[in-house]
Amino acid sequence: MSHVLKRLGQSVLTVFVVISASFGLIRLLPGGPLAYLRSQAIQQGGSDLSMAEINARIAAQTNIAVNEPMYVQYYEYMTAMLQGDFGQSTRYGDPVMQIIGSAIPWTVFLTATALFLAFTIGVSLGAFMAYKEGSNFDVASTGVGLVLNSTPGYVVALLFISYLGYRMELFPTGGRYASELTVGFNVPFLLSVLYHGALPIASMALVGFGGWALSMRGNSIRVLGEDYLRVARLRGLSTRRIALRYVARNAILPMYTGLMIAIGTVFGGAVIIENIFAYPGVGFYLIQGINARDYPLMMGGFIIITIAMVIGITVADLTYGILDPRAKGGGSRESY
Amino acid sequence: MSRTDRHDEDDGAESDFGAVADGLTEDPDRFADDDRDPGRSPISGHARNGRIAADGGSSSVSEFQQMADVSMTDAERRRQWLDEKILAPARIVWDDWRARTGVLVVLFYLFMGTLGLALITEPSPNQGGYLVGAFRTLEFPLGTTASGVSLLSQTVYATPSMLTMIASGAVFTVCLGTLFGTVAGYKGGTADSVLMVITDIMMTIPGLPLTIVLASALNIKGSPVVIGVLITVNAWAGLARAIRSQVLTLRDAEYVEASRIMGMSTPTIISGDIIPNLMPYITMNFVQQARAVIFGSVGLYFLGVLPYNSVNWGVMMNAAVNRAGATSSPAAFHWLLVPMVTIIVLALGLTLLAQGADRIFNPRVRARHAETVASDDEAEGGI
Repeated sequence: MSHVLKRLGQSVLTVFVVISASFGLIRLLPGGPLAYLRSQAIQQGGSDLSMAEINARIAAQTNIAVNEPMYVQYYEYMTAMLQGDFGQSTRYGDPVMQIIGSAIPWTVFLTATALFLAFTIGVSLGAFMAYKEGSNFDVASTGVGLVLNSTPGYVVALLFISYLGYRMELFPTGGRYASELTVGFNVPFLLSVLYHGALPIASMALVGFGGWALSMRGNSIRVLGEDYLRVARLRGLSTRRIALRYVARNAILPMYTGLMIAIGTVFGGAVIIENIFAYPGVGFYLIQGINARDYPLMMGGFIIITIAMVIGITVADLTYGILDPRAKGGGSRESY
Repeated sequence: MSRTDRHDEDDGAESDFGAVADGLTEDPDRFADDDRDPGRSPISGHARNGRIAADGGSSSVSEFQQMADVSMTDAERRRQWLDEKILAPARIVWDDWRARTGVLVVLFYLFMGTLGLALITEPSPNQGGYLVGAFRTLEFPLGTTASGVSLLSQTVYATPSMLTMIASGAVFTVCLGTLFGTVAGYKGGTADSVLMVITDIMMTIPGLPLTIVLASALNIKGSPVVIGVLITVNAWAGLARAIRSQVLTLRDAEYVEASRIMGMSTPTIISGDIIPNLMPYITMNFVQQARAVIFGSVGLYFLGVLPYNSVNWGVMMNAAVNRAGATSSPAAFHWLLVPMVTIIVLALGLTLLAQGADRIFNPRVRARHAETVASDDEAEGGI
């Protein structure tokens, strides 16, 4: 129980630190975001805008009341953020929470599907390679895995979009779904979503599975040599039970940390891919915010991505104890 | 083993000292014996006689008092050092096709970033025709851009800054990760808790978005060293976690305990006893981080969110897509393809090198390749 509490406390601390750091970045940097927002407000409102009005506008956008003492500013910023008010985008004019909130499900759809595909294909392929160790299949798959592992996802995405998207016109080159469809749980809409998501998902899954396959292969080969496996065979257990409960489980466990880090990238990892396919997800808006110097959108987007990631990692961490009972209760060690 | 046990043992060894010295002079046969065996190790000293003594053989020499039975000249010593530290790893690398390819690729890029600059003319607009395709003319083997700049010279002239960036990012990650991981793992207690909370916080923050936000808020200039650090701004946290768990298995090893009892300082123990054991792991991570820096930096340059001083591979890709529409027009596609292939080949080379590094640090494999060190099998066969 104390382990769970400790883990939750740490997650809260992380969110707190990130929000404080964003306050520091906006407020404290000389010639930074705040000065830019002020000059922008003056430009837009003309010369007849009073100082108080400019400050009010900045306060609405960033939750920072410039004329208050620093600790009041910090306190108000923190309370606004924790209530889910991330300010207002200067480019779109909408609240940041609304823009990013509507984009998150799409990003999660892309990256979670890609991660799931890469992990399942990688683990099955890796296990199969380990059983066929030394065969032509094993050597060829290892080579393919190495090459894919050395290719960045955006390179595959660029190849896909130029060949399958523009030249052969097989797949759409932007957007989340065909614009003429009604949004909802109807078959044409869902098919259109899959159709538009296919290339981004494929480019992420393709470069991902090689790495999983290689580490699964290595782990399985190690497990196959263990004594307990010989004992299991001598006990006359079925091949299926040995493969799933003995080999697969013990080979996957060491990959769990990697999987947790990969889950972490679910929310921010598609930044480049989303921009290549003009797919309005979180990363797309993050870059839009940067290019327009839209600091509220940029900072708010970053904080929301971080909070989503903290939740994801905390859940993954807390469920690890179910998979591997040894991980429960870290225990305290002697200090040297 | 407790403190008192160790103390007793030390005393015992001291009182033995005289007897051992006598033993050495009394046994002239020892040297003659050595001459008959060319396969022994000169520098490791106790090739055979020490072994016999330790095994409880006829000689009364204790293992602690055994002296090197051959004196070496400085030249021999240097040759041996060269053989053990440089030639043996080199032979291992050459034996394994993956490591060999990796080293050749990395050397090629180093060559491109240094001497390549002297061989290839500097990129400038209107060097040749606009959008000449790849492999069409001898003058511009990789083609030209929409403003007539040779892609080959752009690629070559981008290499030094890319290599600097890769090195700075990888060094930053490895140093910080090793520092946090070893100190937390070895010290334990409060130090461990505090360091790991910091590490976990850094690990949870999404890397690329953090880099993007910092780059745009901090108003940094385009220095490759700074960009390299920025790309890996929180990558060290994952490495620190992994190293800490490895240190946990080492901190109670006998030789570490011995150093601790002798009153050595924590930095000495960490740098002398702990880190050498982690070198293979650290090296592999260095290479993997180098790859991560390439992927991250080129991706962000491609998006146009990082400042830059001179052209690099990511900026080339950005220009190809934004200025010539390389994704939709086949005429400009080579402009996009050249930097992409450059990145993949370097990344593949680094991956292969990481796999080879594992073998270099494996002492069994290394002993087999060192000519001056007799392997275990040979020594036992001789006796």
